[in-house]
Amino acid sequence: MRRAETTETPREVISVRHLWAGYENELVLEDINLAVNELDFIGLIGPNGGGKTTLLKVLLGLLPPMRGEVRILDKSIKEGRRYIGYVPQVVQFDRNFPISVWDVAQMGRLGKRRLLQRYTTEDDKVVAEALRQVEMLDLRDRPIGELSGGQRQRAYIARALATEPKILLLDEPTASVDPQVSTSIYELLSRLNEHVTILMISHDMSAISAHVKTVGCLNRQLFYHGEKQITPDMLEAAYHCPIDLIAHGIPHRVFPEHVVEEV
Amino acid sequence: MIEALSEALQFTFMRNALMAGMLISIACGIIGTFVVIKRIVFVSGGIAHAAYGGIGLGYFFKFNPVLGAIIFSVTAALGMGAVQRKTHQRADTIIGVMWAIGMAVGIIFVDKTAGYKADLMSYLFGSILAVPSSDLLIMLVLDLIVIALMVLFYKELLAISFDETFATVENVPVDTMYMMLLCMIAFTVVMMMRVVGLIMVIALLTIPAAISGQFVKDMKKMMVLASILGVIFTTTGLWLSYFLNLTSGATIIMVSGAVYLLSLAVKPLLRHPEPEIESASASAG
Repeated sequence: MRRAETTETPREVISVRHLWAGYENELVLEDINLAVNELDFIGLIGPNGGGKTTLLKVLLGLLPPMRGEVRILDKSIKEGRRYIGYVPQVVQFDRNFPISVWDVAQMGRLGKRRLLQRYTTEDDKVVAEALRQVEMLDLRDRPIGELSGGQRQRAYIARALATEPKILLLDEPTASVDPQVSTSIYELLSRLNEHVTILMISHDMSAISAHVKTVGCLNRQLFYHGEKQITPDMLEAAYHCPIDLIAHGIPHRVFPEHVVEEV
Repeated sequence: MIEALSEALQFTFMRNALMAGMLISIACGIIGTFVVIKRIVFVSGGIAHAAYGGIGLGYFFKFNPVLGAIIFSVTAALGMGAVQRKTHQRADTIIGVMWAIGMAVGIIFVDKTAGYKADLMSYLFGSILAVPSSDLLIMLVLDLIVIALMVLFYKELLAISFDETFATVENVPVDTMYMMLLCMIAFTVVMMMRVVGLIMVIALLTIPAAISGQFVKDMKKMMVLASILGVIFTTTGLWLSYFLNLTSGATIIMVSGAVYLLSLAVKPLLRHPEPEIESASASAG
């Protein structure tokens, strides 16, 4: 079940077909097609307002699609989202909220226990294992408000892992941490990727391209060919203003030929 | 002093008052904690004030005004919750309007009621010394309801308070849970109305939890400490008002408010640097 050693075609865990989505009077996503295969590690980049968050909302069942179809493990979104471990952005956060690392991670078990059911010792084991994986077990009793940005991100990842997900869905996982911490989080994600499929969105192209297996660009439309390299035309199509991005320091190797012309 | 205390305790009204203070403090500590951490002080204020409509209704149709207040505050809670969930804009404006309409309805009904309305003011400003034994029973029942719901749905209530999006993704019925929380607030508000009055309910609901939240970082502990603080404030306020011959509700709020301000001043001395304390109890009618 876990790893397909043979060369059989990988299982598609998320399939998005001709998805159109947006809000009342604003279309944000146009005709998105995306196939996420088992044990993929996909990074989606794109400008702010390019629809990254909207796509995420659709995948989580928080925003109904206008048109098109989304299947998660060949189930509808509402059914399938329980296989998704969601790691939100940690930027907006109430530091005074009275909750410990353990209690946050334990929320990952909510989907497994219905109303009126208590958490069991089995839940405790799963939560402890999740915290161990992100190296946060020692800080289990620490109030979440007293953690550093990186530790908090790990606590959120532990919560997602506690759902025993097939897919991890991350929203800007390194938005609020410094580069060193960011690297250690990506290393953690790479380790986790041995067992779980990862899809993440970010606007930080330099960080993302160094760690993920494949990259896509999203700006109303999705440019994804299941490749590691970001091609100039993907960028140009997604950003319209590629020069600006280069100034922000993209590692060289994402540009095989690096011929980027201004439009 | 001791003699004066024991003398006062001879009176049923004094014993009832102390008992009422304790009963409301329990619900207050539990629900106040949610109100503070979920930042729904304004909605809670709306629920409290709208309850006045039920008081007027009770007067007009000659049934127990407390019952009317329960009906009105629960209706207001559900209405305001629905407004918050269904409309994306101007939710606070609509809540403010409902808040005012609730009160206006109460005043009009009272206008239209013939005869002498002796204890009307007690619903607005509280009269802990006039709590009859029948109201103690209502308080006890409401307390038990609040505690039972809290115990049964603790993990969901914690989840919707901390991270509603995540709770939604985990298929927690977030809207139902939120509505239930608002109804629990409505019950609590009605209990507290007798003690500090509708106008000051919000202060007593939020202050103990706000103080408690500065010193403990665990929700259960925060509730327990807030409840204990509530007992201390109501008891101290009650005795002070008794000896100094002051309005009891206002004295209780003064005691609570003073301790809150003190805690704000003391906290930086006790703890290492931490981010600013939120102003949770800003809007006391």
